[in-house]
Amino acid sequence: MKPSDLFFVLLALMTVAPAFVVAFSRSLVHSAFALLFTLVGMAGLYGFLAADFLAILQILLYVGGILVLILFGVLFTQKVYTPAVTTGRFAFAPVLLVGAVLFAVLFVVLGLGISWPIAEARPAEPTIRTLGNLLLSRHLLPFEAASVVLLTVLIGAVAIARKELR
Amino acid sequence: MQQLLDRFIESRGWTGDWAIELVYFLGMLFFAVALLLVVVTPFTGIVSWAERRIAARMQSRVGPNRVGPQGILQWAADGLKCILKEDLIPEDADRILFTAAPYLVFCGLFGAFAVLPFSEHLVIADLDAGAFYVMAITSLVPLGIIMSGWASNNKWSLLGGMRSAAQIISYEIPAALSLLAVVLAAGTLSLQGIIRAQGWSPADWFLFRNPFLFTGFFYFFVANLAEGNRTPFDLPEAESELVAGYSTEYSGMRFAFFMLAEWANLYVVASVVNVAFLGGWNVPPIAEGVVLTILQMVVFAAKSLVLVFVIIWVRWTLPRLRVDQMMLLCWKYLVPLSFLNVLGTAVWMMIVPEGSAAGRVASWLLVLVGLSLSGLFGLRVRKNLKDADVGRLYLNPFS
Repeated sequence: MKPSDLFFVLLALMTVAPAFVVAFSRSLVHSAFALLFTLVGMAGLYGFLAADFLAILQILLYVGGILVLILFGVLFTQKVYTPAVTTGRFAFAPVLLVGAVLFAVLFVVLGLGISWPIAEARPAEPTIRTLGNLLLSRHLLPFEAASVVLLTVLIGAVAIARKELR
Repeated sequence: MQQLLDRFIESRGWTGDWAIELVYFLGMLFFAVALLLVVVTPFTGIVSWAERRIAARMQSRVGPNRVGPQGILQWAADGLKCILKEDLIPEDADRILFTAAPYLVFCGLFGAFAVLPFSEHLVIADLDAGAFYVMAITSLVPLGIIMSGWASNNKWSLLGGMRSAAQIISYEIPAALSLLAVVLAAGTLSLQGIIRAQGWSPADWFLFRNPFLFTGFFYFFVANLAEGNRTPFDLPEAESELVAGYSTEYSGMRFAFFMLAEWANLYVVASVVNVAFLGGWNVPPIAEGVVLTILQMVVFAAKSLVLVFVIIWVRWTLPRLRVDQMMLLCWKYLVPLSFLNVLGTAVWMMIVPEGSAAGRVASWLLVLVGLSLSGLFGLRVRKNLKDADVGRLYLNPFS
């Protein structure tokens, strides 16, 4: 048990524990804010995998962009203060049973049945230069296609927004 | 800082993952605490005093001048008072989110200090994606502001929080695009790399590298003012409309945290602008060793502090924008212009290679443009002072 292992456990806890709040909280706003810690924890896990660029991207896009958007949606939703809009608990016992059986099967098959290959620990090297070169050479087509999709979304958003004005 | 830790581990002859990782962990913790105690807190405190003094002089008042010589210890007294005050939480507020929000805002801004350089070798972490990291970690701030606005259970707070979040995510786009033009010119995302790509003379700064970057400086500065919720973009805490915006319900140390973050943000904004456009710590090659480091620190701090002064100056001279004007400025002017900037910088780099004679001439011409603009501004100020016809001008700041 090295200090970094301890960090990994803490980060994993930080990722998983708020996820339960997201799923089970009676308040939508609490769920949205708990998602923040899950996303930041995932960025930390990316950092552990020596994917520095991905970790920063995770925070920039998911925390700075998507989560703010979700919060806007939640806060502008009417009746957000009443607990009635949260997920209800119905058929609790059967769901628990099915979930437990599924977990057991998957645990036996995936957890015990397969010997996972363990990658060697590599020194954390900056990935951004390699990523940039790959994006603009070998993976140029998906890169450009993504930008076309984004442009379509932008134009669509403008079109929808204009309709209301008329 | 990593080299320092490596050298420390080597000198002690420690081996094994345990020792190395522990030393890294404790070392980084030490640097973080040292940064907080030595740089961030005194800086924010003294700037809070300086801002009040400057504001007072601009409004023909005196400002805080009782605690210590010229009132310079006012911030310590304020901090002490905030600690002693009751930590009030409104009964209908959401307790957990209400107490957590100030920390989130503070974490977002304090995290940015991890990559801000102070001199060539004095930086906590020279991340390879440093410029990107600053944008990412400061995006925690709008979340903290929404959290405080919602958790206060107060209409003013909620309005302030929503305004702030809308403003910050809008102005992130022109800020990121203007920074992208700089990254194009520098060829790296590391803040130290961006500084190294510039030189000590103004003609080598990215500000005067080409006409597009020259205008990009202003877009970046304005966008960063808006992201920091500073006047003329202080709609989230507009005193005349929203009491104090998202921090209305806060008191004591939690309120102080918001204020600390606001003034820490001044330094973050100023030094990122400094790194990207004003050459950072670059000094003429006249010294070496410790003297060089000290010189670099002085130069870097001086440039940043001038920018901090400009931000304060803008705050106390310009009126606030309306919400629609703020959005108009961002989406109809800054975003298209900064797109043009990225394109223009790329084209310029292809036509005029770096270090060519044409590039040098263009840089010096732009320096002349900059100088004549500030000269014209000075003449204008002189004329205004003459026309103002006030009985007596109190220009001495220490009177």
